[in-house]
Order: sequence, then structure tokens, then C-alpha cells
Amino acid sequence: MIDVKHIYKTFYVPHEVKALVDVSNTIEAGEVVVVIGPSGSGKSTFLRCLNRLETADHGQILVDGVDIFDPKTNINKVRAEMGMVFQSFNLYPHLSVMGNVTMAQKLVRNRPKKERDEKALMLLEKVGIANKAKAWPSNLSGGQQQRVAIARALAMDPKIMLFDEPTSALDPEMIGEVLEVMKTLAKEGMTMVCVTHEMGFAREVGDRVIFMDEGMIVEEGTPEHFFKNPTHDRTKLFLKQIL
Amino acid sequence: MKQNISNIKRLSNPFAYVLSVCGFFVLLFMVIGSVYYATVAVDYHWRWFKVPQYFMYQPDITLYSEGFGEIESVSPNKDKFDVTVTTDAGERTYTVPKGSFDWTEGDLVSPGDMIATYEGDWQPGILAKGMWVTLKISFISTIFGILLGIIGGVARVSDTPVLKWSSITYVEIIRGSPLLVQIMIFYFVLGTTMNKILLMNGIPKLDPEWYGIMALSVFTGAYVVEIVRAGIESIHPGQVEAARSSGMTYFQCMFHIILPQALRTILPPLAGQFINLIKDSSLLGMISIRELTKATREGITTSLQTFELWIVCAILYLMMTFTLSMCVQYLERRTATR
Repeated sequence: MIDVKHIYKTFYVPHEVKALVDVSNTIEAGEVVVVIGPSGSGKSTFLRCLNRLETADHGQILVDGVDIFDPKTNINKVRAEMGMVFQSFNLYPHLSVMGNVTMAQKLVRNRPKKERDEKALMLLEKVGIANKAKAWPSNLSGGQQQRVAIARALAMDPKIMLFDEPTSALDPEMIGEVLEVMKTLAKEGMTMVCVTHEMGFAREVGDRVIFMDEGMIVEEGTPEHFFKNPTHDRTKLFLKQIL
Repeated sequence: MKQNISNIKRLSNPFAYVLSVCGFFVLLFMVIGSVYYATVAVDYHWRWFKVPQYFMYQPDITLYSEGFGEIESVSPNKDKFDVTVTTDAGERTYTVPKGSFDWTEGDLVSPGDMIATYEGDWQPGILAKGMWVTLKISFISTIFGILLGIIGGVARVSDTPVLKWSSITYVEIIRGSPLLVQIMIFYFVLGTTMNKILLMNGIPKLDPEWYGIMALSVFTGAYVVEIVRAGIESIHPGQVEAARSSGMTYFQCMFHIILPQALRTILPPLAGQFINLIKDSSLLGMISIRELTKATREGITTSLQTFELWIVCAILYLMMTFTLSMCVQYLERRTATR
């Protein structure tokens, strides 16, 4: 579904950082890929390259066979098929919960009002906050906001969901409710790429774990392999520090 | 919520508070008093009673006969009278109020004979007309200024060189020269050439008012560009990322997500800009637009009531700007509820 071929990315501001060095990977449909690694390892950059929020310096990414770095590609069409959830929720504060979930449906999918409202209510039900449909984002807790953000991404009927540390900005007691929603999604067969620090989640629902460090994929494999007998020293050190 | 600027409650003593309030009024009266004293010292003769006629007045109308002839007929027309005069210059009918003439049918008239004299209908005075022109020009310029500012502001934050550089050039050129000079260029340079081109194509030339509106809109627009840019840049970049990652185009994201949020930050400086616009419109008198300031000047040339009319002029500007800032405060409170 997504073919990543030898991508490189270097940031020059504020100082030179090699964020991605020759990263290649293939993500299959229906797969749940969990990307972990220490901070500054390039895992967020990797995820943001997948829908061209960052542009790679070299290399190619094919999404359903479409080269997304090709200037002729209509990136908005590609992005409409990929939902993204951010660490800081990024809900639109000037719109109600309902407005947040329906805005992109209206502008990008041109759905009639009745259809998009039904879709929004259905999804809010699914993430467990249908009663907050008329509330404003600022009146919601972090966990609720993140669940609205997930519903907002799902409203576009994406084929792939990208999660950029969705639980890192949450209070500990709210992490569970968000992970629960993500687990449900994974069970329904959604293709997911998650950057996260939740090792429990990686172990439980991940089909494949990618460990990154200093812009490179150091190790990848099934969760059992990854957590039970990692091959690389760097991975062993990382696991020792966090577990 | 009321907040004390300093925690030390120096004015908690009611007596001290009253004393301080009195102090303010004493100061106010001292300023007004000294101004009044100065005018007395230079023998200025205040004639405030003459000021209302600059807002509303009844013109004195006197009609004269145009030639030799006679009064053809005097017939009542509702509460007025139709006086028909036949002279060697032709037949004329005047509709005049009762008691304004002293003629009966068959009377002979010579050229220059007074046919009637009376007070005409109420008409807006020169200050009222000037104020209306100022309001009209400011309002139209505000709308064009906002349009220019939003277009320029969105262009200013885009990455496309043609948009970004055009916007920067526009802002720098306009902000770098005095408004008065710009008004002159708009009227005497642009206006002359445009009117010539219009005339060559058989289109009547534009009123100076429109060149004034152009100059003010372009001038205000440049400042609004910077205000809009600051407003857009105050929005967290995550908002753009969220909108774009769901497949919205740059302009959808801008007009549905970023600008509505930026509006709240933009509103107070925008109001300041439009208050400036009302005040800057006073410069348009230089290109023969009879707005409030020029109207005041004309009023003074005929009446020599320099002190009264300039003070009235200032108060009128104050009323306009104060009303505007009240409206904006109301809007701010409404948008700040969330």
C-alpha cells in the first residue's frame, strides 16, 4: 500500500540534523505498524513524509502506486485518503465538535449536510462522545479532544491512518480511552502507522514494530521478536531503558 | 472582572477616592477655563448660536420679475399659492407660501420687482453634508481596504514568489511615503491620465471622490496586510497541518480554518486602522473633495467663526471614531465568548 524507497531528509534549521537516512519500508494494507524510537530519531519525520507534510530530499514514496513527491501528483487527493492524528490534537477551536468532524467532509468530499451529519454522529458514537457533539473543543478534556480528532480523521473514510504520538500530550488517566479507540480500529482491519511510546499498545495490536534511531531503521520485526529477543545492541539498550 | 493594577490599595479610603475624582474635574475645568480666559484676553467674540445653521438651515428665497408684464393669476394650491406672471420674457408660475407676496391679479410688474420673499424648506448645512461625505468615503474605503488587506495578507504568507513579493513591494511602497503625497499622485497623476483615457473612449470622467477613495483604500490596505499577516502567523501551525492533512487545498484551509481564527486577533488593530482612516480622510480636502474638514474651512471663510467651527469639527470626528470603537468593542466581546 505504501512503498517507501530510500528517502533522505536533512533539517538545516536551527542546526544540521540528519532526520532520515536511507529509509525504506513497505506497509501492506490492513497492517498495523508501530514506529518507536528515542526522541530525535526521525520517527515523526518519517510519518509526516508519508502524506508529504514534510518533503524528502531524495527518494520516493508510493501510496497505492502514486509517487507523492512528484509535483504533478494532486497531493490533496492522496491526503484525503490518509487520516492523520496529531500529538497536540489540533482541533479547530472556532468550530464545535460537530463542525470539526464535518468541515473536511463538506470541503473535500462535497457531501450533503444530512449525510455528513449522520457520518459525524456515527463516528462520535464510535469514539464514545456522541453526547459532546455540540460542545466546543476548549470545553473538552485532552482524551476527549483526541478522540474527536480521531473521529475527524475517520470521517473522510481514509484507507490509512497515521498517528503521530497520539497519547504523548495526555494525562495518564486519559491515555487508556484513546488507546481503546485505536485498538478497535486496528481490529476492524484499518491500515495504521503509529508513532508512539506506548509499548503495551505496540505489543498488543502491532503487526510489525519498527525501531528507529538517528534517522535509520535499526530493527524491525514482529512484536514478539522485537520485545523478546532483539538482535541489535541499540535496541537492547533502548528497551532496557524504558522497560 | 475588575482587577487592581497595584495591590496596594491606596484609594481604599473613600475620602481619598472622592478627592481624586474631584482632582480630575478640577483639572478639566482648569484647562477649559484657561482656554476661555485666553479667548477673552484676545477679545474673541463667541457666537455659538450661529453654529446650528451649519447643520440645518432654511434658505431665504427672494424671487424677482424677469421683465415688464402683469400678474396673470393668483390661485390657491393646497396650503400655498400659484402666482402666474406674464412678462415679455414669457410666462412663469411661482408656487409660494401664503403671506410672502403682495399682489393681486392684473397688477403690473417691471424687471427687478420683488415677486415674493420667504423662508425655504429645511436643508442640510455645509457641516452635515461634509460629515456625510466623510462617512461615505470612510465606509467605502474601509470595505476596499479590508478586501485589499485580506488578499495582500494571504499573498504575504504564501510561498509563491509572485504573490509574496508583490505583497511585500506593495506594503513597503505605500508605507514608505506620506498619505498626502499619495493622494496628490492618485488625483493629479493617475486621475489626470485616467480621466483623459476615459474621455478618449467617450466615458464621462470620474469624480475626485473616487480618486480619494482609491488613495485611502490603497493606503489602508497596506497596513491591513501587515495586520492580517500578523493574525495569520499567530495561529498555531498545527491548524494548517490538520486542515491540509485532511485534503483541504491551501485556500480552503486559509478561508475556512485560519482566517476565521485570525479574525479575533486582528479585530482590535483593525479598528485602530479604521479610526485612522476616518481621520486621514480629512486630507482629501486637498483634492477638492468637500469632506468635513474642507466644509469647516469653507464655513469659516464665510462666517469667520474660527474657534467655534474648528471645535465643532473636532467633536464631530470624535463622535464618528468613538462610535466605531464602541461597535468594535461590542464585536470583540461577541467573538471572545468561546
